[in-house]
Amino acid sequence: MLGWEFPPFISGGLGTACFGLTRAMSELGHEVIFVLPQAVGDGAHGEHVQLRSPTPAQIARANRATTYTSHFPAGMTNVEVRSIPSSLRPYDRPGGEQGELRTTTRVNADGTTEVVVVSDSETVTSAADQPTSVVDFGQSSAKSDHYGGDMFFEVHRYARLAVEIALGESFDVIHAHDWMTYAAGIAVSAATGKPLVVHVHSTEFDRSGEHVNQAIYDIERHGVHAADKVIAVSMLTRGILLNRYAANGDKVEVVYNAIDKNGSVAEPPPAIRRDEKIVLFLGRITMQKGPEYFLMAAKKVLEYEPNTRFIMAGSGDMIRSSIELAAELGIGHKVMFPGFLRGDDVTRVFKMADLYVMPSVSEPFGIAPLEALSNDVPVIISKTSGVSEILSHVLKVDFWDVAEMANKIIAVLRHPPLRAALKEHGTFEVRRLTWKESARGCIDVYQNAIDAGAHRA
Amino acid sequence: MASVCFYFQVHQPYRLRRYSIFDTVDNYFDSAKNSEICRKVAGKCYLPANQCIYDLIKLHEGRFKVSYSLTGVVMDQFAEYTPEVLDSFKRLADTGCVEFIAETYYHSLSFLYSRDEFREQIRMQQDRIEELFGQRSSVFRNTELIYNNELAAAVAEMGYKAVICEGADHLLGYRSPNYVYKPPNADIKVLLKNYRLSDDIAFRFGNRGWSEWPLTAEKFADWVNDVNGDGYVVNLFMDYETLGEHQWADTGIFDFLYHMPGQVLKQQDNDFKTPSEVVASNEPVGEYDAHHLISWADTERDLSAWLGNAMQSNALTEIYKLEQAVKAKDDAALLQDWRRLQTSDHFYYMCTKYFADGDVHKYFNPYESPYDSYINFMNVLDNIQSRTK
Repeated sequence: MLGWEFPPFISGGLGTACFGLTRAMSELGHEVIFVLPQAVGDGAHGEHVQLRSPTPAQIARANRATTYTSHFPAGMTNVEVRSIPSSLRPYDRPGGEQGELRTTTRVNADGTTEVVVVSDSETVTSAADQPTSVVDFGQSSAKSDHYGGDMFFEVHRYARLAVEIALGESFDVIHAHDWMTYAAGIAVSAATGKPLVVHVHSTEFDRSGEHVNQAIYDIERHGVHAADKVIAVSMLTRGILLNRYAANGDKVEVVYNAIDKNGSVAEPPPAIRRDEKIVLFLGRITMQKGPEYFLMAAKKVLEYEPNTRFIMAGSGDMIRSSIELAAELGIGHKVMFPGFLRGDDVTRVFKMADLYVMPSVSEPFGIAPLEALSNDVPVIISKTSGVSEILSHVLKVDFWDVAEMANKIIAVLRHPPLRAALKEHGTFEVRRLTWKESARGCIDVYQNAIDAGAHRA
Repeated sequence: MASVCFYFQVHQPYRLRRYSIFDTVDNYFDSAKNSEICRKVAGKCYLPANQCIYDLIKLHEGRFKVSYSLTGVVMDQFAEYTPEVLDSFKRLADTGCVEFIAETYYHSLSFLYSRDEFREQIRMQQDRIEELFGQRSSVFRNTELIYNNELAAAVAEMGYKAVICEGADHLLGYRSPNYVYKPPNADIKVLLKNYRLSDDIAFRFGNRGWSEWPLTAEKFADWVNDVNGDGYVVNLFMDYETLGEHQWADTGIFDFLYHMPGQVLKQQDNDFKTPSEVVASNEPVGEYDAHHLISWADTERDLSAWLGNAMQSNALTEIYKLEQAVKAKDDAALLQDWRRLQTSDHFYYMCTKYFADGDVHKYFNPYESPYDSYINFMNVLDNIQSRTK
């Protein structure tokens, strides 16, 4: 498994999916070798850290693959983690905007450190040996050239190190998550002859709208075509793969994400009864998440329900413009931006919320609504989200239909029976969505990939 | 001998348009959609079925009889969108072989919330029936066959001779629905739906996976004859839209309907009766004791399709809360709007029972979800309330 963040750090993200699947597979008795990038440099132990390109010294130190034995949560007996020092992080973009708050992964290693260095395949060697040739990938602004080029360099360097690890292991199938690991997946498959499954959690179109980064698109397209099987997180994503990546429909299966209902101890209600209702936005504040639609709906809601507060939790490249928009709309005093939340803070903010809204323009899946539901918070989600394919007991809107979004927010705030019905049925529905089910779906896909490979050979 | 008693329910609600909290006009109904559905169902069901019934009455020279319950709101919509359907019902009424029974004008759940409103709506529906078809009935059926002893007593007090309801197994026990019964607390007769034979037509007719498929007129007549010895009347109660709309014409439902009466009448002594004739010619054989509310809906035969969740009971409570305020306004348009909102379909759309499974509830639901229908309804109600001030 070529994945991200282990254990996961960012709520609801790619890391959560990798972790949930891996743990469930372990519980089902399948062995997983989990390969992931481990942040390099001083930032490795920071929290809100801006990681730039590594220094030559860091690269030298980093050009080795490392094995960590981390503290695992229960049920991970069949999992081994191999981390590769790297500056790769999920959701990174070449040339990320200045001032953005980013988070890095941090694995608390307290076990042995094993160094494995083996030879590598030609393609990735050339990428590593001639970094200047891959700088061309970063075709964006001058500012991003340096970092962007570096990122593509990292992707290939990472691939080379992944091959090193792979040659020392025995396994049946390769499972690569999102574009930054596709090159590694392809290289490992080429070096070992094992079938490749790529798992598409989001596409460049979801992240960038129509302004796609051609280089990333090319990597994604190559990954999807090179793979023996492709897992899409929703029918929505599958459609994009077929229509915009010319993927072979026979190869693309849908496996939905899930959530682990933690046996949450019911917290006592807040001692002070607040008279304000709280509407929550939680996620990266970026174009794909539709923060401006949330704010425009908030404006309308406040005209009818002035005793409402809107919380926009998260960070992202639109945080400044969102704060400005709130001020422009004259609702600045009603909108709070607490920044990026994690762990207990996420649970706490869900406990406070009367309603969770996900107005995403494009959401390949969307785990956060599942977290909201499992915290007994009613949910409004955008119809253009993968998760809306599997949830019935939620309210759904077109992200652009701000009036309808406001209409539904007001209804939830005004009518306790609506909240009660949504909670009651939503909680029940979300309990059926388990990572074990998702893991079984992935394992079926593995088996198909292995059978197809055997058939070909 | 066995009598066959047909009663067909004819109803279409006034569906609401999409009404947001930001809407302020007092125009709540989706006339485009209502007119479209009315025309569509007229073409597929009402007109061809009425023609078929008319032909049967002529063919059997008065030995074939049926009864209908037409809601006030469907008569209003026929008058507005498809007057030819009303004309074809008038032609049926003129044969003397058709009875139009009584129910609430608005196909409402008013019995549960307001007895004044309940009685008033029954009177309104019977007045309209008399105006159109020149008859009044002494037989009553409540919305969705919602029934208990108390309902029987309430309509007995209004002078009705009989009430139609579901022949629920848990109330009948070993007994057959093919007799006339009475409630323990009132002087009125009860006609029970034979749900097995009724559902063979209404739900199973076109189902190719059913072991009895295809259902022929001969086979069905045999089943009716089998009743001889344990009962004297087979009550076949169903939605009229079964004919051509729920069971499409290509299932052969109209051929079946056309040939079945002839097969039933082949047996000496078999006949067709209207509910009033059944009541006039038979005395009750026992008590049908319904302490709890029953209905003809779903497998539960209870009220959970309209009152199964917090949204439904809230919406119903809120609408009947407005009764005094609406009536005090003495505004005919306001009163009519408020009453059209009482139609049970609006609450049925809010049912979450089978929502995720996508079954019959979804098929009849103009909303994407029960939650959407509740929000829409409450927004309209909010506007109605503002008009009472």
